[in-house]
Amino acid sequence: MELFSNLALGFDTAFTLQNLLYCLIGCVLGTLIGVLPGLGPIATIAMLLPATYALPPIAALIMLAGIYYGSQYGGSTTAILLNIPGETSSVVTAIDGYQMARNGRAGVALFTAGMGSFFAGCVATLVLAAFAAPLSQLAFKFGPAEYFSLMVLGLIGAVVLASGSLIKAIGMIILGLLMGIIGTDVNSGVSRYAFDIPELSDGIGFVAVAMGVFGFAEIMGNLEKTGDDEGFLNKLTTMIPTKTDIKRMIPSILRGTTIGSILGILPGGGAALAAFGAYSVEKKSSKYSHEFGKGAIEGVAGPEAANNAAAQTSFIPLLTLGIPPNAVMALMVGAMTIHNIQPGPQVMTSNPALFWGLIASMWIGNVMLILLNLPLIGIWVKLLKIPYRFLYPAILVFCCIGVYTVNNTVFDVYVTAGFGLIGYLFFKLGCEPPPLLLGFVLGPMMEENFRRALLLSRGDFTTFLTRPLSLGLLIAAALLVVIVALPAVKKTREEAFVEE
Amino acid sequence: MKIRNQRDFGAGIMYMVIGLFFAIIATQYQMGTAAKMGPGYFPFYLGILMTLLGLLVLVKSFSATAAIEKIPKFNWRIIAQITGSVVLYGLLLPRLGFLVAVVTLVLVSASASKEFTWKGSLINAGFLVAFTYSVFVLGLKLQFPLLPVFLQQ
Repeated sequence: MELFSNLALGFDTAFTLQNLLYCLIGCVLGTLIGVLPGLGPIATIAMLLPATYALPPIAALIMLAGIYYGSQYGGSTTAILLNIPGETSSVVTAIDGYQMARNGRAGVALFTAGMGSFFAGCVATLVLAAFAAPLSQLAFKFGPAEYFSLMVLGLIGAVVLASGSLIKAIGMIILGLLMGIIGTDVNSGVSRYAFDIPELSDGIGFVAVAMGVFGFAEIMGNLEKTGDDEGFLNKLTTMIPTKTDIKRMIPSILRGTTIGSILGILPGGGAALAAFGAYSVEKKSSKYSHEFGKGAIEGVAGPEAANNAAAQTSFIPLLTLGIPPNAVMALMVGAMTIHNIQPGPQVMTSNPALFWGLIASMWIGNVMLILLNLPLIGIWVKLLKIPYRFLYPAILVFCCIGVYTVNNTVFDVYVTAGFGLIGYLFFKLGCEPPPLLLGFVLGPMMEENFRRALLLSRGDFTTFLTRPLSLGLLIAAALLVVIVALPAVKKTREEAFVEE
Repeated sequence: MKIRNQRDFGAGIMYMVIGLFFAIIATQYQMGTAAKMGPGYFPFYLGILMTLLGLLVLVKSFSATAAIEKIPKFNWRIIAQITGSVVLYGLLLPRLGFLVAVVTLVLVSASASKEFTWKGSLINAGFLVAFTYSVFVLGLKLQFPLLPVFLQQ
C-alpha cells in the first residue's frame, strides 16, 4: 500500500530528534495559549512566524501546526475549570463541562475532553493521509479558470459558514484582496499602491497585517472591557470515569470525530464551527437531552472530538489545493512562502518528506498532548493565575521583536502599529477581520489565475462558465449565498451566532 | 430617514472610501483589455465592487429592519498608550538599542491597564528583557542594535 509507505516516510521524518523537539515545543505553546484567555492561535502563530526563519521548513511547519491543534486541547481546560473558554472552539465545551465540574466531576470532564481530542486527532490524521493523494490528483487537472472559481468558492464558503453579516464579510475579503495587490506587479513590473515608498515595493508584510489586526487590536479591545469576569476555579477531582460514563462518551466521540473531520475540510470550516455543529447534533440525538446544560458528558465528548478533528482536517485544502480554508491556515500559507514552499498539490510530489512528515507529526503531537494535558494538568491550572496586565505587554514585546526581525527594519513596526489602529476600527464597526486575512493571502494568486484564464480564452469571460469543473465550483458558491439568504436559514444562522 | 445601524453606516462609508481610493489610483496604471490585462484592470474592478458593497451596507443601515446599533465609544487613552508604546519602540530601537526600547515598550504599554503598578511592571520588564535577550539574541542569534548608538564602539 502506497499510503503505508508514505506514512512510513512521514514517521521517519517526524521521528528525528529535532522535529520531535519542535513538535513538543508547538504542543506546549499550543496548550499554553489555549489555556490563556485573550491569546489565540492566530495571534500566536503570527507572533512566532518570524522566529521560524532560522528553522528548517519542516521543523517550522511541525511547530506551527502543533500550536493550532494544541490550542484545542488547552482551550478545554479553562472552559471546564473556570467557565472561561480559552478558545472560541471551546465555547460549547464550557456549557456542560463547567456544570460537570460544579457537580464535582471536573476530573472526568477533563479526561473525556482529552480522550475525545486524542481519538479524533488520530482518526483525522488518517483522514488527512488518505484524502491528500486523490485530492492532489484532482488539483493537477485544474487550469487557471478552475483555480479562480475554486478561490471564489473558498472565500464565499469561508464567510457563509463562519461569520456574522454576510455583506460586510465579503467586503472584508475584497479589502484583503486589494491589500494583497499592493506592491510590484509580477506581470508588468509596475509598482502598485506603493507611492514610491521602497519598503512597500514587496507588498505589505503578511506578519505585520496579522499581528496588527489580530494582536494589537485585540489587546486594545480587551483592555477596554470593564472588570475581569473571574470565574470560580473548580477543584480537580478524580479522572477515572465510571462504566456508564465510558458507555455514554464513546458514541459521542465517534459522532464528533465524523462531524469534525467533514466540517474541517469545508471552506470556512475549522475548529469552532465543528464544535458548534457537534454540540447541536449531540443535543438532538442524545436520549439524555434533558441533562444538556446541566453537565451531560456527551456535551463535552462530542464537541471536543469535533474541534480537534477539524483543526487537523482543515490542513487538507491547504496541502492539496493550496487554498487556506480559515485564517489559521492562511497563516500557514505565510509560513510556507517564507520558506519558499508554494502551497498546493505539487508539495506532495516535490517535497514528500515535508508533506508526510507534517502529517505524521500530528499523530505524534496528539500523543504528546494527551501526556502533557492529563497528568500535568495541575501546572496549566497554575498558569491561569497570570494576570492579563502582565500578559499583554509580553505579547507586544514578542510582536515588536518578531516583526522587526522579518526585514530588520522598523518600518514594519510602524506598519503593524497602523494595522493595530485599523483592526480597532474594524472591531468598533463590527467588521470581522479573519476574512480579510484570507483575501490578503489569496489576492495575488487570484489575480494571477484570473489574468491567465482570460488570456487563454482571449478575453472571453464565459470561460469560467463553459468549463464544467469551473462552472460546478461557481454554482456551489452561488448556492451557498442563496441558501444563506433564505429567510428560514437566515434566522437560524443569526441565532447560532448570537449564542457565540 | 434615520440611521438605524450606526456600525453598518460607518462600515459602509469605510468600504466606499477604500474602494474609491483603490479604483481611482488604479486608473493611473495601464488598464489593458480582458485578454491582455494591464496592472490596473483587476484592482480597478475590485475597487468598484468594494464601493458598491459599501453602498449596499450603507443603504441597509437605514432600512426599517436594520438592528439598532451604536458605534461603541473609542477609548483614545488606551489607543494612544498601546500604539504609542509600539511607535516609541520603533523610534528607540535603532537609536538607543534593544534594552532601552523593550523596557520602554513594556512600561508605556503596561500603564494602559487599570491595575498598573510600577513595581509589577518593572519586574515584568526585567523578566521580559532577560527572556527575550536569551531567546532571540543568544538563542536564535538574531541581529539587533543592542546598546545606544553613543555607547557602541
